[in-house]
Amino acid sequence: MRGQLTACVSGPKSMPPMASVLASNLQTVTLDAPLALDSGKSLADARVAYETYGELAADKSNVILIFHALTGDQFVSGTNPVTGKPGWWDRMVGPGLPIDTARFHVICANIIGGCMGSTGPASLADDGQPWGMRFPVITIRDMVRAQVALLDQLGIGQLHAVIGGSMGGMLALSLAAHWPDRAARVLAIATTARHSAQNIAFHEVGRQAIMADPDWQGGDYYAAGKGPEKGLSVARMAAHITYLSEAGLTEKFGRRLQDRDAKSFGFDADFQVESYLRYQGIAFTNRFDANSYLYITRAMDYFDLAEEHGGRLADAFTDAKARFCVISFDTDWLYPTAESRAIVHALNAVAAPVSFVELSAPYGHDSFLLECPALDRVVGGFIG
Amino acid sequence: MSLRPDLAKIASLVPQGVRVLDVGCGEGELMDVLRRERGIDARGLEIDPELVEKCVSRGLSVVQGDADRDLVEYPDAAFDVAILSQTLQTASRPDYMLDQLLRIGRTAFVSFPNFAYWRMRVALLVHGRMPVTRHLPVSWYETQNIHHVTVDDFRALLADKGVTVDGCWFFAGGREIGRANANWRAEHAVFKLSR
Repeated sequence: MRGQLTACVSGPKSMPPMASVLASNLQTVTLDAPLALDSGKSLADARVAYETYGELAADKSNVILIFHALTGDQFVSGTNPVTGKPGWWDRMVGPGLPIDTARFHVICANIIGGCMGSTGPASLADDGQPWGMRFPVITIRDMVRAQVALLDQLGIGQLHAVIGGSMGGMLALSLAAHWPDRAARVLAIATTARHSAQNIAFHEVGRQAIMADPDWQGGDYYAAGKGPEKGLSVARMAAHITYLSEAGLTEKFGRRLQDRDAKSFGFDADFQVESYLRYQGIAFTNRFDANSYLYITRAMDYFDLAEEHGGRLADAFTDAKARFCVISFDTDWLYPTAESRAIVHALNAVAAPVSFVELSAPYGHDSFLLECPALDRVVGGFIG
Repeated sequence: MSLRPDLAKIASLVPQGVRVLDVGCGEGELMDVLRRERGIDARGLEIDPELVEKCVSRGLSVVQGDADRDLVEYPDAAFDVAILSQTLQTASRPDYMLDQLLRIGRTAFVSFPNFAYWRMRVALLVHGRMPVTRHLPVSWYETQNIHHVTVDDFRALLADKGVTVDGCWFFAGGREIGRANANWRAEHAVFKLSR
């Protein structure tokens, strides 16, 4: 069904003009049963917003589920109706592309806790008010559970493949561990089986920036017409640095000055890199809800697939029946190759069929979203 | 595509349906033949990312890694057959690598170029220079073959380690030759080993 976009996309005032157009265009499913959460709580009438690309085969054997990353959404290909920009993996997913929608039926759903139509902290609770910080804390496995429920309601059994990069890769690994029959192929890109202290530390900086913004108001900012845009913007700036490599930043900006010939001896954005980060931060607040950012980063920080299986990562994959492919990038310092190797070693330990390659790309963690012909070949080859 | 003779020999000796690890699998030529002709879903280990990429894009399960470092991560007896083709002489410690191979696989196939092949001897004797041949085409300073080995050297190592030789095959000029005087007649050797 096409549902209503409720209080979402960072509050009424900052809702972009296109959101009103979007409101009638979000495809959502309301889950039949309450969604059980790892916290012990449950979420009744949870909505999952999703998009599909390509024809579904009569025997439903050609379904690929793609999990988006922290700030991604279901608009993986084509034009994102909210931002008006190309979908976040438009260069990978489409007719004739490595994830070929002329052959495969691609499903991508907004994670719960998100803010692109799936139930999250900006959604309305039973009392008609936005959940805000009353929204239950969710986990990566909860996000997967919601999407498995979506598949159930869509009548889709085994997936040809499940694919995710970054946080999406965590969801893919979680699905492989907890729903081992669900996917025939699991492709995890630039990801990790657990958040490191460094990963948590960077997220905490972002959360503190949001919560230190007076406009955050304990998460009850939806009626105020103004959210913690400064804080969210700083959170995005800090995170964005972790997505890029030092060499990539140097190549793109170096120490070049922004629209000026000399330093201003002030605190304007003298350097291009400052201007770029400020722009990234502000642009982000137009499309993302600050509370969603808190909840999703928390879920990522809680993620430790080994911990969920008695401390031994290999035990997470004991029942795995899928073929696996793990890809890392040599310049990714957010989830470095060592994290991917740990996943591969665990899969080897249970004799799972696994491929792994560290690709060389200059852009750091974000390489999986950018031009990388080797990635295209590996993805296309793996999904067959 | 025709397989290198040592790989073709190994392919002909691997039984149907067993679990195979191909260490130093290159572009996956052997794995592909095992898949097509033996119904074997082999696993590979290869250090060169471009070769791994080729393997994955042809649907093979290959992990990019360094055999010197990563074989320890595989569990004991995880495979029926572990194959080390043309990789032994590149190992930092070939003896340790052999131990790992026989720990991971119940049976191991090892193939290597024989440095005591008569053309090698002649090249060294006559010219006094490290041989550069069709099969070892790289100069001494840039070769990955840091531990050149002869058939007799390898036999001595096996004897020291108490490894059982279940079979051995020799090749020269692209075809199989007899076992007699293999140490100088063979360009390549394939050994089938077990503990």
